[in-house]
Amino acid sequence: MTGTEQTIIGRGNKDGARLFREWFDELNAAAEANRPAAYVFVMGSFAELLRAFDFPLVFPEINSLQTAVRRVAHEYLNEAEDYGYSPDICGYVKADVAVQLRGGKHPMGRIPKPAIAVYTNACNTYIKWAEIWERMYKIPTFVLDIPGTRLAGGQTWPGDTDFENDRRYVIGQLKELIALCEEVSGARFDIDRLRENMEHANAMSVAWKQLLDLNQARPSVFNALSDGTIFLGVANGFRGLREGAAYFEDLVEEMQFKAQRGIGTLTEERYRLIFVGVPCYPIFRRFNELFTESGGTFVNSTYLWFASGGSNVGFEYDLAHPIESLAEGVLIGVRDAMDSMFFQTKILIDMIDDYHADGVVYHPIKSCRTVSTGLADSRRDLMRRRDTATLFIESDMMDRRVVSEAQLKNRVDAFFEGLATRRRQAALGSARLST
Amino acid sequence: MTEAVFPEWRDKPLDEVLYECRELLEDTSFPTVRRWREAGGKVVGHFQVYFPEEIAHAAGMLPFKVRGAPVEATEADSRFGSYLCSILKTSLELALSNRVTLDMFVTHPICDAARNLAAVWGRNFEYPCQILYLPQNANSQHAATYLRGEYDRVRRGIEAIAGCAVTDEALRRSIGVFNENRALLRTLYRIKRETPWLVSAEDAYVLLALGGIIPREEHNELLRFTLPLIEQRTAKRQDRVRVVLEGAFCEQPPLDLIRAIGRSCYIVDDDLLIGLRWILDDVPPAGDPLKSLAEAYLECSTHSPVQHDLRKPKHEMLLARLANANADAAVVMAAKMCEPGLEEQVAYTQALDQESIPYFVSEFEENMTSFDHLEIQLETFIENLLFD
Repeated sequence: MTGTEQTIIGRGNKDGARLFREWFDELNAAAEANRPAAYVFVMGSFAELLRAFDFPLVFPEINSLQTAVRRVAHEYLNEAEDYGYSPDICGYVKADVAVQLRGGKHPMGRIPKPAIAVYTNACNTYIKWAEIWERMYKIPTFVLDIPGTRLAGGQTWPGDTDFENDRRYVIGQLKELIALCEEVSGARFDIDRLRENMEHANAMSVAWKQLLDLNQARPSVFNALSDGTIFLGVANGFRGLREGAAYFEDLVEEMQFKAQRGIGTLTEERYRLIFVGVPCYPIFRRFNELFTESGGTFVNSTYLWFASGGSNVGFEYDLAHPIESLAEGVLIGVRDAMDSMFFQTKILIDMIDDYHADGVVYHPIKSCRTVSTGLADSRRDLMRRRDTATLFIESDMMDRRVVSEAQLKNRVDAFFEGLATRRRQAALGSARLST
Repeated sequence: MTEAVFPEWRDKPLDEVLYECRELLEDTSFPTVRRWREAGGKVVGHFQVYFPEEIAHAAGMLPFKVRGAPVEATEADSRFGSYLCSILKTSLELALSNRVTLDMFVTHPICDAARNLAAVWGRNFEYPCQILYLPQNANSQHAATYLRGEYDRVRRGIEAIAGCAVTDEALRRSIGVFNENRALLRTLYRIKRETPWLVSAEDAYVLLALGGIIPREEHNELLRFTLPLIEQRTAKRQDRVRVVLEGAFCEQPPLDLIRAIGRSCYIVDDDLLIGLRWILDDVPPAGDPLKSLAEAYLECSTHSPVQHDLRKPKHEMLLARLANANADAAVVMAAKMCEPGLEEQVAYTQALDQESIPYFVSEFEENMTSFDHLEIQLETFIENLLFD
């Protein structure tokens, strides 16, 4: 490996891990200083706006998944269930309840208490979750309601009657949110700070889209499941910040470097896969290995779409009209995040074509009805429209009680046998045609 | 539509009327919807909970409340994953098995599972299947204007199916029909609260529930006939605990379960099929009808775990419901796998603990057939209250 290669390759993962630690260190410091935070979610965080009021941003979803990745989620889930929550609700919610009951302590340190919670309706559980904080802390919560796509293929666009009705509603809510943030933070709204944050978000969105596009390379330059989760962490935690924009610009440079030289991931790529759903965090590394051991790499995922709040569309704000443009951006971006969960058939067909995918892995989870409810039907629909291999496996993102590694492995192995058979048959078919 | 779709109850004494109502409600072939269609009518299926049925009614269509049924989800099962409430599966089953045929399907973002239904349904049927995006920020000054626009979008969609314009005048007439229906249902619930010994829990439920499967004019006629007769009954008051049943806003407990609870206590208020009576007062019949309906959703609607409004904390609303009904205890239920219902149970029970109000917590499923265990537990709870 040359010096340049050594500097560039793997930089994104190293820098991502560093930034992630620094972010949690800052949250820890904020908690120690009793500095109240804004609690937000990944599907529409409004980081650009909230940073203009200097709120430390806490993403409870990310805190919760950290408990699973670090294999202690069961302790948190048990604590929340003892408190009264059902085993059948979202594991993220329960882990967060336990974090709150522990005074903010979690595996990566401590998080500050909320001064405000801001969230969209992209997931209804966000709304129920914030109601818990309302009761626990008596804080103001604000649901910024983003109407989504009404029916398959029915997206509306600027100028359409229905889009403009939605846009007026979102603009009105943004103004109400700004007034609330002023009240809670005691700071005056500075539109130039918002513009600055939006400019960083623009750079990040452009880079995020470029990054996803770069994985169309053969071999793929990153694993959408394992590497992608690191990227998502930075995309959410550093949205609207200079460091976040710089990170993604560097990341694009790294992936371009790899793509130009035909350098792939550590996996010897035999099968290119698309992941639909949420990762299995309780056995995160092993879950990925179930695929990579057979030469499967994840070239894209709906997770990279919805958990980035729809940044994949690469929407760039018009800085001359920040509020109006922020409204349009979240309408289009968060809607796209929702589409990738509800109306994903066309999205998947495009992904299969653009990324030359050999198969699609559906992974619905017990915890999340938003993502999981329609996946079995979506799979039927995809198989009706395209002759693509698919795998349907169920487990959870938090709860190891519903994760059976042996059963998963059996199913995954059988899926790869099917992929190999398809490939042999395709080769035989080509050979017959040529003779 | 001039032919009645539910004529069986006519010219019969009250007990036989109620028997016919029970028979109809338990008939999972939905004969009234079939008859409506056979007479040339069109049907808008709307999933629980909140839907402005007046818009479909004004188009001359039958608003059919999609609320599952106690049927095997033979075909629908393969469309869903494992960890899901029953109502979603059985609702789709009704359509896949041709028990009901729709011309349009509307769902709402009441929960993450329900919102998915528009996509699932749309992949299986040719007719329009859509989400009505009710405002989740009910506290925004802009919510009413937005919702008025959203209702107008639904109106345009319905017009395309019905093949006729839904005029403001037609909407005002429909609002009048539904205002009468709401008033009659308020009378039914007043009877439950004030003289619960006059109407059994299951009969009150059946009278309510039929509103979702027959035209409202017929429902009004049925209620106008039965309610005075119920009030004239001479049944004797019994020494029973008065309870509020909470947790049935979406998936419905089987009729046998309601009957079982009603055997042990008086259900003096509940949230059973709250979507048939979510607007609490008359909607103004004059003015812009869509605006009036939008304002009614925001300013004059009851609470449920799936409507977020900072002015209506659900646990406080439950306490108010208990107080208004002069209830002794609460039966806090949740459908299995119902995320919002199960989450709300914690808030409810904490509030009840704080107020030292006794409560009984349980889960149910529309398809459950055995109630012995639950009934024994409930009886023990009731006995504890009676002999405390």
